[in-house]
Amino acid sequence: MNYSEKRSNEKIVAPLSRRKFLGYAGAATGLVVALAACSKDDTVPMNAGVDLLSGDFGILNYAYALEQLEAAFYIKVISAPYAGITADETARLTEIRDHEIAHREFFKNALGAKAIVALEVDFSTITFTSRDSVLATAKAFEDLGVSAYNGAGKLITNPDYLVLAGKIVSVEARHAAYIRDLISNGSFADSTVIGANGLDKSRTPPEVLAIAGTYIKTKINASNLPTS
Amino acid sequence: MNFYNIFGEIEKADPEVYDRLDTRRAAMKGFANLGGKLALAAVPIALGSMFKKAYAGSKSTSETVLQILNYALTLEYLEAEFYTTALSKGILLIPAGAATAAITTISNHETQHVSYLKTAIAPLGTAVAKPTFDFSGGSGSGTGPFLTVFTDYPLFLAVAQTLEDTGVRAYKGRAAELVKGGDLLTAVLNIHSVEARHASHIRQMRKASGVDVKPWITGIISGIPAGLVEPNYIGEDNTKQATIEIVNINSMAISTNAATEAFDEGLTKDQVLAIVTKFIKP
Repeated sequence: MNYSEKRSNEKIVAPLSRRKFLGYAGAATGLVVALAACSKDDTVPMNAGVDLLSGDFGILNYAYALEQLEAAFYIKVISAPYAGITADETARLTEIRDHEIAHREFFKNALGAKAIVALEVDFSTITFTSRDSVLATAKAFEDLGVSAYNGAGKLITNPDYLVLAGKIVSVEARHAAYIRDLISNGSFADSTVIGANGLDKSRTPPEVLAIAGTYIKTKINASNLPTS
Repeated sequence: MNFYNIFGEIEKADPEVYDRLDTRRAAMKGFANLGGKLALAAVPIALGSMFKKAYAGSKSTSETVLQILNYALTLEYLEAEFYTTALSKGILLIPAGAATAAITTISNHETQHVSYLKTAIAPLGTAVAKPTFDFSGGSGSGTGPFLTVFTDYPLFLAVAQTLEDTGVRAYKGRAAELVKGGDLLTAVLNIHSVEARHASHIRQMRKASGVDVKPWITGIISGIPAGLVEPNYIGEDNTKQATIEIVNINSMAISTNAATEAFDEGLTKDQVLAIVTKFIKP
């Protein structure tokens, strides 16, 4: 192909990005799923709850759900800080809050019409006035987030989405290490989370949602997520 | 039938398909162009010839994986020897107590990563030999800018931070090539997040000794004097992800700093090799 041909080709197809192709493909898939659902007995919904959808959109919604949970938690932490919080802790936890909000909103926009609804959280087991309770929960959420992204990586089929998950998971790992060090300096990567080969944990979506479910009131249907 | 789904299907069978086709964009453009010019019935034939061209003389998937794992092994050799050398200096370099304990934890992980990667490489081919390192950053001259790295504790921590942050970026930069890489991809991701935990802690150690850095990367700020590590942090000031602007996204008060911190950026193979080469004796 010579240069002028290449230029004209670019002009013709410029508005058709891969993202849009995927959008169309996804929309078509969604339609098929909806039609299939209609053909079944639609008076008895199987797996009632917010459907995370399938394929890459399913994984993005799964991440969106976790980021919603984390953001809601840190928003509450900062709105009424625990007793004895230091200036440095306030600064860092506020930053973490903003990172989680950024992640949440990013997924919301990336998913567009495919995005799940805002989830209702349940933080009744957390004592927000207690440093120990807040940091223990933060540690659990951050370690869980790291293991969730690590486990979801192999389920993603679009390399762009895999890279984006990678950009986020290392920030979650930085958070996890910071929170762990606040609880006990030097525990940033201790043997409770890092295995004998020096590897972090990874968890499957069902494993993660079983743990996160304690804090999420909205019922989630993850049955359409990819499993391999 | 949605012809664009063909790419997704082929990608399932061959994660490298886009590499073979120059780039995704080029593949899509090429295909869209074909579709526009040819009669519908001729499209599958044209598509076939496009892929035939792409696969001619290309490397096999296992060779690519082997190459990525050896790339990772080289970085882990570098980190492992860096920390074992530092620990061998004892309290002349690293204060006893928490600091020595933390560096020991990190050192053990890097050594474990070396062993693990060697094991993962064995069925695929030959593991690269450990290079001779020059931790002064002098490309083997021994007189690079980090000459005193094993006698000057603040400099040691600065180089440690740079190596950890760069390690995180290096793994991220190759992730796309391992898409749908199964358990191998999971293992690489499980190493990647450990490097990020290390980076976070080293940054906290530097913060405790008075350097103005956070556990996460703010813009291209490294807390290291100008002229030394700019290539390691280039691009970390990005605030757009997949064309979505993160600053004040959806009217949320997300500052530029927070937007850059919230996403770690990757480095390409060439960018990483240019950095690492300075630490290797040719």
